[in-house]
Amino acid sequence: MTLEISGLNAGYDGTPILRDVSFNVGDGEIVGIVGRNGVGKTTLLKTIMGLLDPESGSIQYNGEELTGKAANEHARRSIGYVPQGRDVFPTLTVRENLLVGETVGGDDETRYEQVYDYFPILEERAGQDAGTLSGGQQQMLAIARALVGGPDLLLVDEPSEGVQPSIVQSITEDLEEINDEFGTTILFVEQNLSVIQGLADRCYAIDRGTIVDEITGDAVSDQENLEEYLVV
Amino acid sequence: MTSGFGATGALTPLIIGDFLGFLDSIGVPVVQLLQIADNFAFITLAAIGLTVIFGMMGVINLAHGEFIMMGAYITTLSVNVASLPLPVAMLLGALGTAAFGAVIERTIVRRLYGRLLDSMIVTFGLGLILTQGTRIIFGNTLQSIGTPFGEVPGYTYSGYRVLLMFVAIAVLSAAYLVFTRTEFGIRARATIQDAETARAMGVDTDRMYTTTFAIGSGLAGLTGALYAPSATIVPGMGQAFLVESFVTVVTGGSTVLLGTTLAGGVLGTIDAIFSNLYGNFFGQLALLLTAIIVIRLLPDGLTGLAYRIRDKLGERQ
Repeated sequence: MTLEISGLNAGYDGTPILRDVSFNVGDGEIVGIVGRNGVGKTTLLKTIMGLLDPESGSIQYNGEELTGKAANEHARRSIGYVPQGRDVFPTLTVRENLLVGETVGGDDETRYEQVYDYFPILEERAGQDAGTLSGGQQQMLAIARALVGGPDLLLVDEPSEGVQPSIVQSITEDLEEINDEFGTTILFVEQNLSVIQGLADRCYAIDRGTIVDEITGDAVSDQENLEEYLVV
Repeated sequence: MTSGFGATGALTPLIIGDFLGFLDSIGVPVVQLLQIADNFAFITLAAIGLTVIFGMMGVINLAHGEFIMMGAYITTLSVNVASLPLPVAMLLGALGTAAFGAVIERTIVRRLYGRLLDSMIVTFGLGLILTQGTRIIFGNTLQSIGTPFGEVPGYTYSGYRVLLMFVAIAVLSAAYLVFTRTEFGIRARATIQDAETARAMGVDTDRMYTTTFAIGSGLAGLTGALYAPSATIVPGMGQAFLVESFVTVVTGGSTVLLGTTLAGGVLGTIDAIFSNLYGNFFGQLALLLTAIIVIRLLPDGLTGLAYRIRDKLGERQ
């Protein structure tokens, strides 16, 4: 098992957000965490990435306990992160953003060729400040920035947020291809139904900070199953 | 006292003297140019360390003047007590202040990021401790090490001060290259823009902050080292640099290293004109007024104006 979360509790300044969260992600899987706004999806990914210290519980990655380690230590263990709202470095150029992502990847030029294959627009705009890109292009850059680090596990926070529908479709296909081509395990959180159905092998539904359901197999493509956890 | 600069030291004023003589012969106002060059060097070198610590990292370091003083003291003591050659003493002045900056970042400044008022009070206190501590240990003044190179032949102007203008350009260029062309510089800028995301990309952000603060401190120390031969070495000498440094960084605007260069040029010229006509007091007054006018009319500083002009020209083409 690649990622094994058990009994995870986390929050901000003593306010609990995640309550006793347990789930797992297998090698090469694409797993979605689905839920409405404000149920703890982003907090969950931040805690897994080491950006937020859990109050209790365990995060095991390839058998190693990660709790208590800083985010840069997580990145060094080949965990890539695509933050909510992209969070590209706005006054750094596209190429400089990728260079920051390469911090843990070693000096491997072929990775740049690979991400430029997926996202040719980034090569065209390599010298442009990232803050001047459109929302969709920034999302591509955020994914590419994580990919140049050569991740085995990719954590993606709401890839559809603030991106126009045609680009959402193409980003969904790109993530699926990345999983196919490199065997990258993907854990994503999302509330956009078409992204969840287009991407996930399996889903966990989260509500009020706790996992309330696991949706597997054909049930993922059944709209009613998912809507229960997405519609307010 | 030998300058430690060897044969180059003897040649430099001659070359500069010949060059200035040539400019004079074709009608260029050389004395005024020298004054502007001297002011440009002083203003940019005064600001360079603060450009990194305040301009890039956002820490209002009111002990900036004392960091400059520390560089000057290490340099002067290295020459007077350890009899080291001046260039080596200057290097020690810069490195010693950088090391001190690294310790201060790890122990004090680290807790103050994003706490503007707190950082002002703490660094103000640090400045007082450094000034008074220096006074207690080394007394009210140190023996001067003397200015190398003598005067520019044909002019009553220190050759060393003229050389400092070229040094200022070299230091600015080096800092610019480090922060825009090296992997370290790009990761440092990423850390300062968004530490959380940089950390998630694997950047050791704690180390980036310490190193960047140490570089800013080291640049301040270098300024002190460079002015050690021509300044009066007293514990309060840093104050003379403080006003110019903040005015320069604020006037320069958001792209800080480019801004410092532009502001150095503009403020240096204004200071030279007003100091020549009405004396030093009015020179300083003109600097402050310029800063107020620039901030009022150009919220993004001189670099904001430069970018707007560039964009306008781009649209026309």
